[in-house]
Amino acid sequence: MSSKSSIISQIKKLNMEEKPLPEIPDFTIAEDLKSTFSESIAGNKGLVVPVSELEELITLSKFSKIFSSCPQFSHHCNCEVPPHPAGFADLDLAILEGQVAVAENGAIWLDESNLEMRAIPFITSHLVIVIKEENLVGNMHQAYDKIGLDHSGFGVFIAGPSKTADIEQSLVVGAHGAMSLRVVIV
Amino acid sequence: MSHPANAALFLKDQSRAKWHDETLWIVRQKRDLTIHQIPEWEQLRDLASQIKEHTLSKLDFYLEELERNATANGIKVHWAENAAEHNEIIGRIIDEKNCTAIVKSKSILTEECHLNPFLEAKGIEVVDTDLGERIIQFLKQPPSHIVMPAIHLKKSDISDIFHEKLQTEKGNIDPVYLTQAARLHLREKFLQAKVAITGVNFGVAETGEFVVCTNEGNADMGVHIADTHIACMGIEKLIPRRKDLGIFLRLLARSATGQSITNYNSHFRSPAPGKELHLILVNNGRTKQLGREKFRNSLKCIRCGACMNTCPIYRRSGGFSYGSTVPGPIGSILSPGIDLKKYSTLPFASTLCGSCSDVCPVKINIHEQLYEWRQEITKAQGTSAKGIAMKLANGLFQSPLAYRLSGKAMRASLKNLPNSVIYNPLNVWGKSRDLPPVPTETFKEWYKKNKK
Amino acid sequence: MQSNIPHIGLFIPCYIDQFYPNVAIATLELLEKLGCKVTYPLGQTCCGQPMANAGFEIETKGTTEKFIKDFAEFDYIVAPSGSCVLHIKEHQPHLKKLAKNQQYVQSKIFELSEFITDVLRIESIEGSFPHKIGFHSSCHGLRGLRLASDTERNDKEYNKVHQLMKELKGMEWVELTRKDECCGFGGTFSVTEEAVSVQMGKDRIADHMDKGVEIIVGGDMSCLMHMQGITIRDKENVQLMHFAEVLNQALS
Repeated sequence: MSSKSSIISQIKKLNMEEKPLPEIPDFTIAEDLKSTFSESIAGNKGLVVPVSELEELITLSKFSKIFSSCPQFSHHCNCEVPPHPAGFADLDLAILEGQVAVAENGAIWLDESNLEMRAIPFITSHLVIVIKEENLVGNMHQAYDKIGLDHSGFGVFIAGPSKTADIEQSLVVGAHGAMSLRVVIV
Repeated sequence: MSHPANAALFLKDQSRAKWHDETLWIVRQKRDLTIHQIPEWEQLRDLASQIKEHTLSKLDFYLEELERNATANGIKVHWAENAAEHNEIIGRIIDEKNCTAIVKSKSILTEECHLNPFLEAKGIEVVDTDLGERIIQFLKQPPSHIVMPAIHLKKSDISDIFHEKLQTEKGNIDPVYLTQAARLHLREKFLQAKVAITGVNFGVAETGEFVVCTNEGNADMGVHIADTHIACMGIEKLIPRRKDLGIFLRLLARSATGQSITNYNSHFRSPAPGKELHLILVNNGRTKQLGREKFRNSLKCIRCGACMNTCPIYRRSGGFSYGSTVPGPIGSILSPGIDLKKYSTLPFASTLCGSCSDVCPVKINIHEQLYEWRQEITKAQGTSAKGIAMKLANGLFQSPLAYRLSGKAMRASLKNLPNSVIYNPLNVWGKSRDLPPVPTETFKEWYKKNKK
Repeated sequence: MQSNIPHIGLFIPCYIDQFYPNVAIATLELLEKLGCKVTYPLGQTCCGQPMANAGFEIETKGTTEKFIKDFAEFDYIVAPSGSCVLHIKEHQPHLKKLAKNQQYVQSKIFELSEFITDVLRIESIEGSFPHKIGFHSSCHGLRGLRLASDTERNDKEYNKVHQLMKELKGMEWVELTRKDECCGFGGTFSVTEEAVSVQMGKDRIADHMDKGVEIIVGGDMSCLMHMQGITIRDKENVQLMHFAEVLNQALS
């Protein structure tokens, strides 16, 4: 007997009484989505910045390798997606578009329509995500409503830069993923 | 292996034990702060509990749905009856890829199955990429907490091992410096690895996808650079619908560390073009636990670790004192199902205070299951008169309750015997506590005199 | 014949009978002052909790049968102990032969503070108690009987003992750092896991001491007995009282 058949039959043999599956109700959401989102993402060590501040930052930073799949910032893009992720190991900055942004926790949903290559938001040293204000929602339930049963092979909620507190609970920003996350709300 | 003996040892280093307790209490406080910002928190817990109980009651149905949909998405689904099979499947995939070095992100399931030693015996280098896990891997220790594996270590401990393994400056305990060193070191490993192993936080039956949550981004760094992604999932980690993720992702990080959400929540549905994605569904005793009606609900667990952070005993004895892969309150109701004899002291390593049950995001009645395991353990140990007498002799008679049985004579003797006799070393109660002062008469005696 | 005056069966835990008769006397007097008729069935013994928590629930059939027989005749059963009341309600083995009486007893048994607030419907006790007190929230009463909201859940705050005591003149109720952490008694735990038990007790006491608490007040003498044992050994300058003693003293 295969392991699958063995496991399934062990469960079936228990003849468990079915318990009901609840419906998920609506909950109250924050009134000011934009400022709640900004607070949430700041709490995760990310930052909402105006376009002007971002432009200034890029100018001052002297980033040598910048990738952008966001039309609004395509003038900064000076490289192409390489055939293998390792080709982006030296990527300084990635500017990507997000689809849905959640006010309660700063999470932003991106899927393969925003990611030409899955590794981009993780392997880059610094990350900027651009979101439209009309795509802000209050909580995760609303986010999943908006995303639906969408068929992308990969999707991710990114809520901040990479971080860790594994060294005696001291929070350090910049573990293995991006060392910073800036969000531009347009 | 006895929890009390390990706990006593842990407490010998008073200042370190206090630091450990304080550190975990702070995590509990962070959790409290954030949950009080969610007015519907208790409702979310109820919903999560109901969703999990429903799923467990139809687990066969949902497992088959998950397999069907995942396979249609291009994921290769494997089933493992036990730890050995889980390890073999992984070993085979790695061999097929002619791979000798792999990266792995946090998966307590792989700890449970002892995957690392299995692969290392085959000559495969396993690099645990979660920072806490890499640290304990260097130190050849198991995790002491399921979410914060290196919580028992101080900066100086980590600085020392990094100096040895990564050639960081001796004595430099700056967390930023140490983390940067780890980032550089592990980046090399990510870029070289052809196979990446992850755990699974949630498997979604409806869409055939699974979700992995991290703060460090190490799971993603591993799988998006490698050609083959192997995801290991306990069969109980299933939820029915994609929208159920809304509930669980709102509960998980808040319960675990007090964050509103982890920084990365990756949803894997299909392999990237040209790559492979494997999902291993593992039983390893879970169907047995499912069959134990009183303990079935322990399988609702989403591995947040909140019960460990709140447990006054865990905080004062450390994860290692439990001797089990999963320690603390949840570990104490899962482990006896695996080996009743080996883990028989664990359900007694508790005052049944109930704090764990009240922080559990999926409302597992942990403290009630601890009580029920005690009944099972004494049953297994035999309830002969001798058995009871033994238990009583070891426990009850050494407490003040014993004196009740002996009545007036004993109470009188308590007043008149010298302290050295009463507080002899064999009397465990008296080691650090005085016995209660002895009144002149019992309530019964007073009542008879004054009220009858 | 229905009487307006509730007839209470007073249930006194064994260790209170033996070591803290004043708590039992205070409970009796308090209930009488609040207008109840109180009888103490003299034949009562242990409720069986220590045996059950040690894993021998199945061996407590004898004590359970005795308890039901002793208490089934009363309108209510009241005890100055959250843990013993919880045990009766939830961990008694089911006795088929006495099912009806067992159900009755389990539905009519109350811990003292919840009896006063929920059954007698008394808002608070008037009187004077000019002391700085720290309240010890015993776990079984707290998370088992829900005598107060706990810090783990997101519930509206309430505390039945605090409610009863809040009007007492001169009373100062201190805010503790860890409001409801367990004291570490836990029955046989206090000896089988002695090291952790004592550490937990010491930590609880320190929380009170560094707030300048004069009297640690609680609802379960088991917890207080364990903490008192430490305070006497460590020569800490603090008293421990059951809230029954506090309220009874205030009412006199």
